[in-house]
Amino acid sequence: MLSNLRELYQEMILDHGRNPRHHHLMPQANRLAHGHNQICGDRLTVYLKIERGTITAISFQGSGCAISMASASLMSEILSGKTHKEAETLFETFHQLLTCESATSKQLHDLEKLAVFAGVKAYPTRVKCATLAWHTLLAALKQKNERVSTEL
Amino acid sequence: MKTFDIKKIRHDFPILQQKIKGRPLIYLDNAASTQKPYSVIERLDHFYRHENSNVHRGIHTLSEIATEEFEQSREKIRQFIQAKSFAEIVFVRGTTEAINLVAQTYGSSQIKAGDEIIISHMEHHANIVPWQILCEKTGAQLKVIPINDAGELILEEYQRLLNPKTKLVAICHISNTLGTINPIKQMIQWAHANSPKTKILIDGAQAVAHQKIDVHALDCDFYAFSGHKLFGPTGIGVLYGKQELLASLPPYQGGGSMITEVNLEKSHYREPPYKFEAGTPHIAGAIGLGAAIDYLNQLDFDAINAHEQQLLHYATAALLNIKGLHLIGAAKEKAAILNFTVSDSHGRRVHGHDISDVLNAEAGVAVRAGQHCTMPLMQHYNVDSTVRASLAFYNNKEDIDALIAGLQSLKQLFK
Repeated sequence: MLSNLRELYQEMILDHGRNPRHHHLMPQANRLAHGHNQICGDRLTVYLKIERGTITAISFQGSGCAISMASASLMSEILSGKTHKEAETLFETFHQLLTCESATSKQLHDLEKLAVFAGVKAYPTRVKCATLAWHTLLAALKQKNERVSTEL
Repeated sequence: MKTFDIKKIRHDFPILQQKIKGRPLIYLDNAASTQKPYSVIERLDHFYRHENSNVHRGIHTLSEIATEEFEQSREKIRQFIQAKSFAEIVFVRGTTEAINLVAQTYGSSQIKAGDEIIISHMEHHANIVPWQILCEKTGAQLKVIPINDAGELILEEYQRLLNPKTKLVAICHISNTLGTINPIKQMIQWAHANSPKTKILIDGAQAVAHQKIDVHALDCDFYAFSGHKLFGPTGIGVLYGKQELLASLPPYQGGGSMITEVNLEKSHYREPPYKFEAGTPHIAGAIGLGAAIDYLNQLDFDAINAHEQQLLHYATAALLNIKGLHLIGAAKEKAAILNFTVSDSHGRRVHGHDISDVLNAEAGVAVRAGQHCTMPLMQHYNVDSTVRASLAFYNNKEDIDALIAGLQSLKQLFK
């Protein structure tokens, strides 16, 4: 029992799903975006504080399944201190991990803890759960808000 | 002679012999769509192999056969729901289109600014959004019958909402999320007693598979249902409407089949049901639905009802034994729909999507997770994703046992 599902629900995913890190509102954020998964109705808000092109603080709010919560939590952990460009590159690699045949050892190295999501590949319906936070992040990064941009 | 032999019935549905991830399929998502017996599948096959042609058009053998089979299906449906005339049976794509048809014909011709439409808090989006669109267009007001904690309509509130401005009541026969069976006969009587101008539409999508419908005895003005929730094909459904009422309505869509004469200045419309059936209909679907009704006609609906209620009680007791499981919907009159949330030992609610994936992967159990197209109802219960197991007459105790076993695996994972 459960042998297949353990691949998907890795202990780290269950842990971050239960106790997501960076799971709070951020009043000092200068970027934010809302994400919505049409299939299950999950909603997510990602907050960013960006200074000179670098993510100096990141948090999110919302509720969802273990996969989407863990993904948002681990994404927030890994992206603190990364640049806009680094975040985009990381998402590309992460997306490949979820959808392509096999990840290279360099990719797995770059992904750090995010490699635990490799099991999602066997559950195509869950790819959206794992990427909701990232799509929301990209929307926040692309946001052109004149008021906040002057603070950069 | 009507029978109910569950073993034989299960053999009539080929998909139930299928394996999902190496385990037998346990299909508990019947409120979303029901499975099809061999006779329906073979009827579709036969139609496309031997009878395929357009209806009400060609003067050739195939078209005659197709037309006759298509109209015979309409007659089977008429008898099945006890309508008075074939003119009262309009073929549509499904319940959603049936409701939209009423909104766009009855609604836009009879409902004006200041009029009121009554729905309930437990409606499917298909019985909310068309009325919101109509209200926006006309300036009419939408009124909502509230529900109690058990998931039953508060009937005193319904009586209070009825008033001379009420032009339409649109209510589900059985809630797709809670399983509540609404006392529609009483509600129809009250609507008609309110005013001859108060019409009532019943969304029967969830009811037709569980009980025999008698639109004549109910005296509803409109009754809508989908073929695919009645063991028939997708893409075909029925709007029943009282003959005089349908005859008084403007057409729905314009096009071929619904006219008697077309001049460039003006066209003349046919009588119902054809007035509402522009274009080539889903001929195979209608004929397949007729085959589904033939199948159902040889079953005993009282026995179906008894079997489903027995399973509902068995499942309810078994689910309540699972720690952290919370059932939503405890109406006294309830169809075999079980909606629930599960919390881990720390009281944290496990998301419906996680539950349904575990049930699918561990026990081959197909259930629905999410909001069930009833967002206002989910908000009422303050839940964002629940799991729904919905039964049909081909389900058995073993199916419930598999659901319970799957939920026990879930508890191992989400401790």
